[in-house]
Amino acid sequence: MVKNLNNLRADFPVLDQTVNDEALVYLDNAATAQRPNQVIAALTHFYQTDNANVHRGVHSLAERATADYEQARRKVQTFINAAEPETVIFTKGTTDGLNLVASTYGEQNVAAGDEIVISIMEHHSNLIPWQQLAHRKNATLKYINLTADGQLDLDDAQAKITDRTKIVAVAHASNVMGTINPIKELARIAHNHGAIFVGDGAQAVPHMAVDVQDLDVDFYAFSGHKMMGPTGIGVLYGKRALLEAMPPYQFGGEMIGFVHQFDSTWAELPYKFEAGTQNIAGAVGLGAAVDYLTAVGMPTVQAHEHEIVNYLLPKLTEMPGVTVYGPQDPANHTGVIAFNLDGLHPHDVATALDMEGVAVRAGHHCAQPLMTYLGLTATARASFYLYNSVADADQLLVALTETKEFFNHGTVETK
Amino acid sequence: MGLSKLSSLYREVILDHSDHPHHKHALDAATHTITLKNPTCGDVINLEIKLSADEHIEDIGFTGEGCTISQSSASMMTDAVLGKSKEEALHMAKTFSDMVMGKTHDQADLDQLEDAAILSSIMSFPARIKCATLSWWALQRALLNDKPSEEEE
Repeated sequence: MVKNLNNLRADFPVLDQTVNDEALVYLDNAATAQRPNQVIAALTHFYQTDNANVHRGVHSLAERATADYEQARRKVQTFINAAEPETVIFTKGTTDGLNLVASTYGEQNVAAGDEIVISIMEHHSNLIPWQQLAHRKNATLKYINLTADGQLDLDDAQAKITDRTKIVAVAHASNVMGTINPIKELARIAHNHGAIFVGDGAQAVPHMAVDVQDLDVDFYAFSGHKMMGPTGIGVLYGKRALLEAMPPYQFGGEMIGFVHQFDSTWAELPYKFEAGTQNIAGAVGLGAAVDYLTAVGMPTVQAHEHEIVNYLLPKLTEMPGVTVYGPQDPANHTGVIAFNLDGLHPHDVATALDMEGVAVRAGHHCAQPLMTYLGLTATARASFYLYNSVADADQLLVALTETKEFFNHGTVETK
Repeated sequence: MGLSKLSSLYREVILDHSDHPHHKHALDAATHTITLKNPTCGDVINLEIKLSADEHIEDIGFTGEGCTISQSSASMMTDAVLGKSKEEALHMAKTFSDMVMGKTHDQADLDQLEDAAILSSIMSFPARIKCATLSWWALQRALLNDKPSEEEE
């Protein structure tokens, strides 16, 4: 099933509506993507035909539900090229996965005086778990800075990562500036110093082919809802040897071997880390999203988004009164673009764009240290996905021009 | 044209207040100060009030960063409460908060808000109500606070 990207919009009924009497242009995909009919149908089908709890029942439905759940795991395994399905752990999302690593591996392996190295462009979910771990352990948290054009400064990374470093955790792609980070190189540097590397793949897995073995990351977390799967389901990949040595994250049903009155043993991977009834339908929905992305082909998805950015970024950069943050070169850029209009707060911009049917995010994007580093309180952010088009980018440009005119016209004083 | 609806929110008087905010400065001898942050957008307001011995707002000023709506709202709020008693100011804060939530009020209450009454238009933009209420909330917290200064989110 090869998909024509031009026809694919029809798979997303939510996109076919008017907002404030204007055709919806959804450009908030970095916050959450929309779901195609295929994913919604998979959820419905599961609940209508196979629903049962997994790994426990002897009856047929339980067997089918278990098969669906484990099939979804294998789909994810193939999608990110993990060596074994047991190294794919279902979580609630990226935040859950990163907290899992900090609370288990981090708790066990970081001691007073050790270092944890992250970057200044991290989302709070790949920042606070490490910040708090550092507090608990009296460890040092260090930040890799940026180059002038919003790229990760590899020289600074070389300097910050030392033999005292135990964990390096960096986003594969920035949720604010669209920067793609060289995490394969960062993992190599980390390993040279005996540290492990944790990748935050929330903004990467939905938009490019990711091969966790090639990247040689030790852990890698991402969310289902940003890749058109349901909310409340995500994935933590980890290398088997590390996962085996880690204590469980939570205790309860499903994750046990044998439970005695005063002691217990733990289940094998991946169930050791999947305590309690999991988001089974969510996993099935995520599997359907993986099928959808696989059918389109991740190189095609990336090329499509690149075409839009290639078109939009220079136009936006050249537009008078517009400041674009992050890399100005479309080459190393996801479909996430942060910008501001001169003299206007991004909230005012987002409200005006919404009146034109264009949905963007405005705020600090859960990256307050980055905002402070850039000397900003907030930015507007447009983020594209496979169902967006160059026409959507044009709509954004038109709406921005009209927003500028509105506020210039409305302003009493002419500048 | 989608932007026509915007005119109801960004009225000239609102844009005028945000371009030239009134009382946007720190006070020399404040009796009550507060810093409030809107964690959803990172906006911040530092509000300083000088209460007289008979609990009237003798002077008021604000600093900080924010959008058109939050800046103009703070400007209009300081205009409206300057010279008022603590009790009157608290009453006005309640009127404002009720107004943006769509509750009806006596015309006399709304008149007391002066320019700030124009922000009733914010009701049609639910995502922006917090922007309008931040400064009034700061006023309320500062006046009701026993502690001389406070910082919170």
